[in-house]
Amino acid sequence: MSEQAASDVRVLDLTWYIAGPYCTKLLADYGADVVKVERPDRGDPARNMGPFLGDDPDREKSGLFLYLNTNKKGITLNLKTAAGVKLFKELAREADAVVESFSPGTMAELGLDYETLEKVNPRLVMTSISNYGQSGPYRDYKATELIEQASAGHLYATGQPDREPVRTGAYISCYQAGLFAAIGTLSALWCRDDTGLGQHVDVSIMEVVNNLTTYPPTIKSYTGSLRPDFYLRTGKTSSLGIVPCQDGYVVANLYSVREWEGFLAILGMPEMMEVFLKDKIFSPNTYTEWISERVLPWFAERTTDEVFHQAQGVHVAVGPVLTMQQVIEFPQYQAREFLLEIEHPRTGRLFYPGAPFKMAGSPWQVRSPAPLLGEHNKEIYCDHLGYSSQDLVKLRDRGTI
Amino acid sequence: MSRMALEGIRVIACSVYLAGPKGTEMLAALGAQVIKVESTKYFDGHRNISIQPGDRYWNRSARFNTVNRSKYGLTLDLTHPRGKEIFKELVKVSDVVFTNYPRRVMMNLGLDYPVLRELNPSIIMVSSAGLGHTGPWRDYVTYAWVVNSLCGMAELTGYPDGPPAVIPDGMCDAVPASYTALAILLALRHRRRTGLGQHIDLGQCETLMVGLGEQFMDYTMNRRLQTRHGNHHPSMAPHNIYRCKGDDEWVAIAVSSDEEWAALCKVTGNPQWARDEKFSEALSRWNNQAELDRLIAGWTVNRDKRQVMEALQKAGVPAGGVLKTDQNLDDPHLRGKGYWYWCDADPGMDGAHPYAGLAIGLSKTPARFEKPAPALGQDNDFVLGDMLGISGEEMAKLAQEHVIGNEPYQYRQRAI
Repeated sequence: MSEQAASDVRVLDLTWYIAGPYCTKLLADYGADVVKVERPDRGDPARNMGPFLGDDPDREKSGLFLYLNTNKKGITLNLKTAAGVKLFKELAREADAVVESFSPGTMAELGLDYETLEKVNPRLVMTSISNYGQSGPYRDYKATELIEQASAGHLYATGQPDREPVRTGAYISCYQAGLFAAIGTLSALWCRDDTGLGQHVDVSIMEVVNNLTTYPPTIKSYTGSLRPDFYLRTGKTSSLGIVPCQDGYVVANLYSVREWEGFLAILGMPEMMEVFLKDKIFSPNTYTEWISERVLPWFAERTTDEVFHQAQGVHVAVGPVLTMQQVIEFPQYQAREFLLEIEHPRTGRLFYPGAPFKMAGSPWQVRSPAPLLGEHNKEIYCDHLGYSSQDLVKLRDRGTI
Repeated sequence: MSRMALEGIRVIACSVYLAGPKGTEMLAALGAQVIKVESTKYFDGHRNISIQPGDRYWNRSARFNTVNRSKYGLTLDLTHPRGKEIFKELVKVSDVVFTNYPRRVMMNLGLDYPVLRELNPSIIMVSSAGLGHTGPWRDYVTYAWVVNSLCGMAELTGYPDGPPAVIPDGMCDAVPASYTALAILLALRHRRRTGLGQHIDLGQCETLMVGLGEQFMDYTMNRRLQTRHGNHHPSMAPHNIYRCKGDDEWVAIAVSSDEEWAALCKVTGNPQWARDEKFSEALSRWNNQAELDRLIAGWTVNRDKRQVMEALQKAGVPAGGVLKTDQNLDDPHLRGKGYWYWCDADPGMDGAHPYAGLAIGLSKTPARFEKPAPALGQDNDFVLGDMLGISGEEMAKLAQEHVIGNEPYQYRQRAI
């Protein structure tokens, strides 16, 4: 097994829930040595989030936790005690990065802000992930995925014209904030390797979502208006969008003359191209009557599979709207071995999503499943830091671990 | 520190539209030198969209100019023998080649990974495509909405009583683009330690599937298919979008604890709600959320969404205005944090225009966009002359033969 890309990176992970743990998961799955620090007896609150295996709300059976915490070593530590803070600093001395996602100001209250940790280890990179960042008017505001999606125009544009905006049914803000934090951490480490100096990385979920919606204010500034696609909720788009078929839905993205040419050929209506080309702006989508009388029925009479492969056969961008089951069974992903079976002491063998991308020379790998609460206390405190088993007992007794 | 984080890294970007360029742009903002390769016959199709009227339209695209900032603009006709040769010279002195051209393009040009590795054994190449570079359907055509549908996210989005919904323009491009930045940084780290380059195969759908962890696990663990909840949440209530004063104005509110619920009741002037058995704890709130939604909407409907947000946030309740598509430009927090990047130096354009910030703060080596997006072939002299030592005479000859240039020549829209 060739060495993984981040095998030389040691991370001390204080994060909870999704954004932070996803950042450290990315680093861990590509090789980093990640020690996940959890509260004694309670652990990461994500352990209490469903779905649970067999709907059994056991803190070792949360599917979300299991997925987000692969490859990490788990220790318990009470940072609200002086002994806990001291132990943390010992660990930080040896780490390359500390990642935390508490509300801004929390690390300072614990006596573990960047200024303090920098003195403990000048080479340390500290990455802080928060809803709104370490500064700014909303710094102390609270947010959830719904509110983050609302903060960037992303939510506003999703749904139907005559109804309320509707959210994306995924934790898209949280996961991407974790990704940006991983990018920031690795960038800071690259710089650290050149200069010997660490720094503080500040990632806010709100800015990440805004960054990902990219360019509407720029487009408005350049052109005076926004293209219809940005207002999906107006129902006006330059593409067919979601179309019902016999057994489900497909999305049909047709923009150019060439694409419509191919598509009209399969529809058996090549003569329509002449009609469209007479328009000043090429916009077959505006022929709404023709679409509902001649085009939509074509889709409705066929299965998503037929439509998918027929259209792709003439290089037209059509794809089925897949359910999770269909995603898992999709031949293309199966051929690419996207899923991975992992064994875990309490939940047995399960299939998990695999690598976001395939590195041929330093592959993504799951070396160990998500840790049980405190599973690696002995390994980290005794083998690593040199404490004895008796010390551990005392620490446990005093509520430090 | 006076340096930028990723100084010393050189990336060649053969990329188009959004799913490619935005990733290398992140690296450019962090200090990498990114050379964008286009040709006068096949410049980046993004240059055709969202154009400010005026001369040389290809340099006036809001979209292109947003996702190609801080890059060096090079034109090279890669189908021309000398153009190809020069590209190979550039590969020899670069660290990374990134492409989101359709798989066959680099192959047919004779510039795929096996060839590049011969030229530069430690080259890192990242290939990004909708369905990746392996598998039976690897050459299928995907745009953002197709990726949105094939990754499972569209199925999970929409009203409970409605069809699946696609999400706005480009989110399913921007996310895979960001993953390319991660891929490049990991490969660079590996190479620094081992001296080895490699090829990275990025399937855009897969970069989104990894963000659907809980939905995946519910199916693999329990054979349960999660579906559309609209704006409701599997366990939190109230959790919804509520109409506010004005045209199509809304606020998002999400309550996750009894304390937050009590605070909300107080702020709305309805402490009696907190005492109502129907709403006294999380499960009963969830079961009665239709009524909850009506009550809360009755309070928000005559109020400005910003005021609702501020009043609730001051009381510790998560709430936020649903910003309209370009309202984020005026958002006090983003402005307060200096998120927006204003540039008045886009080539050939008037006035200052706002651009998205990077969203990654570094305390000692802050990210910044050093220069605007390049005009077509803007940096030919620098890359060809200064970097590769090609003479002025030869460059003039290459321009004559349209191997390099600053204007479209026999321009054909690239089919992607």
